Amino acid sequence: MSDNILTLKGVKTNIAQYHILQGVDLDVPRGAVTMLLGRNGVGKTTTLRTIIGHWRAHEGQILLDGEDITKVPTPAIARMGVGFVPEDMGIFSDLSVEENMTLAAVSGPINDSRLQWLFSVFPALETFWKKDAGTLSGGQKQMLTIARAMIEDRKLYLIDEPTKGLAPAIISTMAKALRELKSQGASILLVEQNFAVAKALGDTANVMDDGRMVWSGEMNTLATDGDLQERLMGLTMDGHH
Amino acid sequence: MSAAPDHNPTMAQTTLVQRLEPHAPVLLVLGLMILGLIAIPSTSSWLTLTVSGLAMGMMIFIMASGLTLVFGLMDVINFGHGAFVSVGAFVGVSLLLGLEHMTGAPSLALNLTAMLVAILGAMVATGLMGWAFEKVIVKPVYGHHLKQILVTMGGLIVVEQLIIVLWGPEEIYITRPEALKGAVTFAGAAIEKYRLVAVGIGAVVFLGMRWVLRSTKIGLIVRAGVENGEMVEALGYRLRLVFVGVFLAGSALAGLGGVLWGLYQEVITAHMGNQSMILIFIVVIIGGLGSVEGCFIGALMVGLLQNYVAFLEPKVALISNIGLMVAILMWRPQGMIPVVKAK
Repeated sequence: MSDNILTLKGVKTNIAQYHILQGVDLDVPRGAVTMLLGRNGVGKTTTLRTIIGHWRAHEGQILLDGEDITKVPTPAIARMGVGFVPEDMGIFSDLSVEENMTLAAVSGPINDSRLQWLFSVFPALETFWKKDAGTLSGGQKQMLTIARAMIEDRKLYLIDEPTKGLAPAIISTMAKALRELKSQGASILLVEQNFAVAKALGDTANVMDDGRMVWSGEMNTLATDGDLQERLMGLTMDGHH
Repeated sequence: MSAAPDHNPTMAQTTLVQRLEPHAPVLLVLGLMILGLIAIPSTSSWLTLTVSGLAMGMMIFIMASGLTLVFGLMDVINFGHGAFVSVGAFVGVSLLLGLEHMTGAPSLALNLTAMLVAILGAMVATGLMGWAFEKVIVKPVYGHHLKQILVTMGGLIVVEQLIIVLWGPEEIYITRPEALKGAVTFAGAAIEKYRLVAVGIGAVVFLGMRWVLRSTKIGLIVRAGVENGEMVEALGYRLRLVFVGVFLAGSALAGLGGVLWGLYQEVITAHMGNQSMILIFIVVIIGGLGSVEGCFIGALMVGLLQNYVAFLEPKVALISNIGLMVAILMWRPQGMIPVVKAK
């Protein structure tokens, strides 16, 4: 079995007449948190959406556990054990928190011990269990969307900017949840703009620019090299605590 | 880092209007009934018109409910929905004509059994037709609204012509089953028995749909799919299969509506479905595209208003529903119970 749970080889994705991904190569090691970094608009979200099948790669190959999923429909990819947390959260506002979670438990009824664990990570979910998800605050919605992906054991989690626009207290809850997930041996591909969170969670890092991967390596290497950060992303650690 | 609360409760007191706001559509129906009671001089006439309006509303709801879900789930505008109403009416009435020994007998049980057979036959026929319609006509035009309007309109015309080929160009007159003829008197008001049956069937269909949508996993998938189909697929559900099921069920319900509508009018034509589409679209739009509850309330309002206005000022009845739609859309441009759709 390969050490990589997910591999992208020369993936190109077009949206209408725009060439968004222009040959992305990426390895996601098993049981590690892989960061996908880069400025706005470089193709990070498109990469995740191409992996889950919302957008189709017109060239290249996507391998999940060695199996080619480039042309596999989204529901089948999800059932192969890929949990997806989109940037816009994808919460079903008209459904209650309970219904959102029930729906996410694809293989059957919710496992009670798993649910209790999620309640311990996100206590707000238990408090608002019967409430419509649309009435939750932004932070609570983000907790719900992460918890929804975690309600069943997944092979791989694709998570797009889970801390975007959140208050520091919620960000620390999110980071704690992702750390717990990581400690259970989950494989995570995480898009994150908050460099402090990326540094705290990431094992490996991949930096994108203009639809291509321009750097891949250990997160520590990137986190300790201000010049590299400046060159790749136009930032330094001084500006990102 | 200090732990700030992630939820800030407020103690602001809400006004009565704010508290009633979520229930406004239901209150509107009650308000319309009270307005009718004030405007119509005789209480017995009001009662007759109210039951008649509710029966009409229930039948429109049955015909429209599938259309609203189909639009909500896959953004498909199906102008051919009326075809299922017409086919349902012809299949159902043909079965009733074949069961004359049951419909002609003065036994409520035999009459209702005959109706049940006709309804089931019509629903099976229109359900299968809906399955074929989706595969042949709708599937190739997903995501193209203009093409959807053109091809589904074309499909409607083809089906109407096929009805004429199979059943002939003449209208078919039908009498209601023996025990459902005439009226019962209640509080001085004459209430047609058939309308009471229509109200009962409509209520059962609405409660059944509500139960499926609220209490089953398939209902959850449908409700979530109306809001954000892409996310439902990312969870692992094949929305296309769900959509085909909803299209089939919606077509079968339109067929049921066709049988009830045909017996209500006591005459059926190949164009009856097409003609009912105006009312169906008004109901779907004012209810909120994709909303079953909104569709139900909208249908009751249309039925009640049409009956009250036809009694008070017959000439105005023709435009009363358009007026209602304009008023509702000025109040709530997304319809009474809008479905929040993901962008």
